[in-house]
Amino acid sequence: MRSVVLTKGVPDFSEGAVSFNEEGHLERGKTPTVMNPNDRFALEAALQTRVRHGGHVSAMSMGPPGYASVLEEAMADIYADDLYLLSDRELAASDTWATAITLCSAIEKYEREVAPVDLVFAGFKTADGETGQTGPQTCWGLEWPIVTHVLALDIDPDEGRLRAKRLVEGDVDEIETVEAPLPCVVVADPEFAPTYRKASHRLEHKRLRAETEARGEEYEDHLTTWDHVDLNLDSEYIGLDGSPTIVSSVDPIPKAPAEREATMVDPDDGEAMESVFEELTAFAGGD
Amino acid sequence: MAMRRTDGGAEEGYEHYEAIVVGCGPGGAAAASRLADHGVETLVLERGVEAGSKNVSGGLIYAEESAPYTIDDLFPGMREAVGERPITDYYIHNIAGKKVKTYDLTRLHEHDTDWCDAVLRRRMDAWLEARVHEKTSETGGGVLTGVRVNGLLRENGEIVGVTCDELDPITADLIVAADGVNSELARDAGLMDWEEPDEWFQGVKAVVEMDGERIEDRFAIGADEGVAHLFSGDLFEGVRGGGFLYTNADTLSIGTVFHLDSLVEERAEPHELLDALLTHPLLAQWLGEEYRELEYSAKLVPDSKKVAHREPYRDRLVLVGDAAGQMQAQGPIIKGMNHAVTAGALAADAFARTRRDADTESAGRAYTSMLEESGTMGKLRPRRYEYTSVVSERPLVTRVVEGVLNSPVGGVAVGNPLAKRLLGRAYNSPLLVGMLPDTETGYVTLPSVIGEKLGRTVHWENEVEPPALVDRIGELTYDTDVGNPHIRLRDESYAASGAAVTACPVSAEDFGGGCYRAETVKTNGTEETLVSLDTQPCVECGTCAIVADTEWEHPRGGKGVEFRQG
Ligand SMILES: Cc1cc2nc3c(=O)[nH]c(=O)nc-3n(C[C@H](O)[C@H](O)[C@H](O)COP(=O)(O)OP(=O)(O)OC[C@H]3O[C@@H](n4cnc5c(N)ncnc54)[C@H](O)[C@@H]3O)c2cc1C
Ligand code: SF4
Repeated sequence: MRSVVLTKGVPDFSEGAVSFNEEGHLERGKTPTVMNPNDRFALEAALQTRVRHGGHVSAMSMGPPGYASVLEEAMADIYADDLYLLSDRELAASDTWATAITLCSAIEKYEREVAPVDLVFAGFKTADGETGQTGPQTCWGLEWPIVTHVLALDIDPDEGRLRAKRLVEGDVDEIETVEAPLPCVVVADPEFAPTYRKASHRLEHKRLRAETEARGEEYEDHLTTWDHVDLNLDSEYIGLDGSPTIVSSVDPIPKAPAEREATMVDPDDGEAMESVFEELTAFAGGD
Repeated sequence: MAMRRTDGGAEEGYEHYEAIVVGCGPGGAAAASRLADHGVETLVLERGVEAGSKNVSGGLIYAEESAPYTIDDLFPGMREAVGERPITDYYIHNIAGKKVKTYDLTRLHEHDTDWCDAVLRRRMDAWLEARVHEKTSETGGGVLTGVRVNGLLRENGEIVGVTCDELDPITADLIVAADGVNSELARDAGLMDWEEPDEWFQGVKAVVEMDGERIEDRFAIGADEGVAHLFSGDLFEGVRGGGFLYTNADTLSIGTVFHLDSLVEERAEPHELLDALLTHPLLAQWLGEEYRELEYSAKLVPDSKKVAHREPYRDRLVLVGDAAGQMQAQGPIIKGMNHAVTAGALAADAFARTRRDADTESAGRAYTSMLEESGTMGKLRPRRYEYTSVVSERPLVTRVVEGVLNSPVGGVAVGNPLAKRLLGRAYNSPLLVGMLPDTETGYVTLPSVIGEKLGRTVHWENEVEPPALVDRIGELTYDTDVGNPHIRLRDESYAASGAAVTACPVSAEDFGGGCYRAETVKTNGTEETLVSLDTQPCVECGTCAIVADTEWEHPRGGKGVEFRQG
């Protein structure tokens, strides 16, 4: 099994790390970048596949050079074998559409030059953009099937198929089991939980961890950077120029009005309590 | 005849290993290492987050000259890597009040001893785990931590593997139960029970911080030397047992080991007995005022004289170490780790020798005879003890001997010049020490008479203030399995389970923060004392499995207390 995991950096929204300016806008420059929290589930799904079926995992990210640290995290967390960063000025300010085009080109290049890919794993929405579109748009570009909201994953390498349990949200949440041929794009749900119930899986997990630790600090030796020229992308289709989406304005969510009317009632004051009950009957719908 | 299946039940889809070793203490580590030497595909399952995180010992590991295997045979470099200090001096102190008579027991200590090191279990076992993982990985296996084995997997009544919460059932051609004193596997197989308090000791221990140079200074030892001090006599409220103090590199291990039945009978509080030792004037010379306790811990210890199983196997399951009751109390000297190592290695050799046999029990049988032929069983269950104990443990005999010792005549006998010389020698005789009856006579009366008649009064002021139980518990690290207590009270009446209120090392009468509490409840005008249990502060010693009516199992993998010293 060869998997590519897509991951991106987001501002670290955790307390103490995040920095806002006086108007309440995020100060990206002052806020450290961390891996998109929802990507962890994609990473876990890729690791589970690797542990159970062997093979190779590459982590791929598109973003400024600083995102290399996000890829480093991916390597440490799920023992990615190698890392690909899609980065140059021309790629900056891409919306999900331009991002998907860039990712598609990168996966195609990967397939041409590195090895054919069985699975692409993508996270569920990013913490900053929250669109949830990059995964689907990428699969559309690749013309591969996609399975989203994946809770559990089983792969039959011999048959070249996967079987997934996915969450279907509705009035009543349902879990549906679907099958798809490989290659395929898999979007892991935040409730995705890897399972390792075989001793051999746990031993393999442990082996990979030791191997990754041994690689230690030299993640940069395993990092390949591709710019738009490497990806053979015309700058018209990428970056800000290639992004049809325009964020026209960002409205702060109005806060609940702070002043409410409150009357203090002494519970021992029978008359006052009676009036409270009278007022409440209106809401209770009785008389 | 049962055939050994080499596919290991693959038709049922079970995962199969040639050997499974449960527990990565000294017994499990030795077994796994030896199995790997024989090229056996070996999986080791350990419930702690790391080997050693669940384990406690006083801390002296012996390499006996007569033993077929010692720990440094199996793990070269072990002493350099994790030995705290080699023990070069050995003393016993007989205490009567403030009077103390000290004997040099170095000769007894050196009898059949190639070397002996003080160790701390977290450090030692974690180191062993890494070596074992390296070796077993080469055979296609390895060590998994955080996995607690629940019990045995059976097919048509025959043991074929193990079950766990964390993993699907696994089958194996050999299962080594090296899961320690509260072995769930030994019990599941019906080989050991948890019924009789007089078959067990309870050990309690404090690890105390002290700078290495200060240790050398206060104990008058060199940088590569260590000392063991033992304590017996009347400082423990008549409870049968004694205390120990061993020097580590930059800590001290100070603890007590008591017969569980005696603890229960005297309704003694284990932590108070430890405090009685810590605050005795004799210890003032070593401890000083800046007493800092790093860890409080406890664990049961089996008494091999009574429980070492003579045929520790069933089907393809073999028991090694504490799980088989192979813990020898040779008078004051406690030898469990070394025998666990020997037994583990022998079990592995037995399997290698009989690997091609179709009979699933042949490894167990070979192991049993190797225990016998190597002299190991003879040490664990000495014949002479069996002769002498018949007479010496009878209450009447005890009463008579006690009476004589306590009478002016007995006191004079102990106090006369000839006895003075002989007693020191007697203590150093492995034969006589092995014959000492397990009664108050050996543990309390004789030492206190010696202390009284021959001792010198110590006048040192001991300023140690041991931490209260609540602080001791507070210092421990727990990962509580919320909503899933590992011990359940089957009978909450005081008669059935009340003994645990005092005997549990983290509970006490009138202490609300421990595991066991006694509460008086009024129902329909009658008063009744009931026992309640909160497993959160539990140190997993096993005491209440025996002295109370409980359903007892270890916490799930990685859960519960985590010892940092051990
Ligand atoms: C206070 C005290 C002082 C002692 N002093 C000495 C001394 O000075 N010298 C000496 O030689 N001996 C001493 N002993 C005895 C010694 O500690 C034991 O005899 C020795 O540890 C036995 O080794 P073992 O490998 O059989 O078991 P253990 O060391 O107890 O190892 C058992 C292992 O199995 C694991 N385990 C248990 N159940 C499960 C399960 N269900 N699934 C997975 N894993 C499991 C445990 O976590 C543990 O790692 C002392 C004991 C105590 C309590
Ligand atoms: S609750 Fe039981 S096992 Fe736990 S520390 Fe107390 S006596 Fe030991």
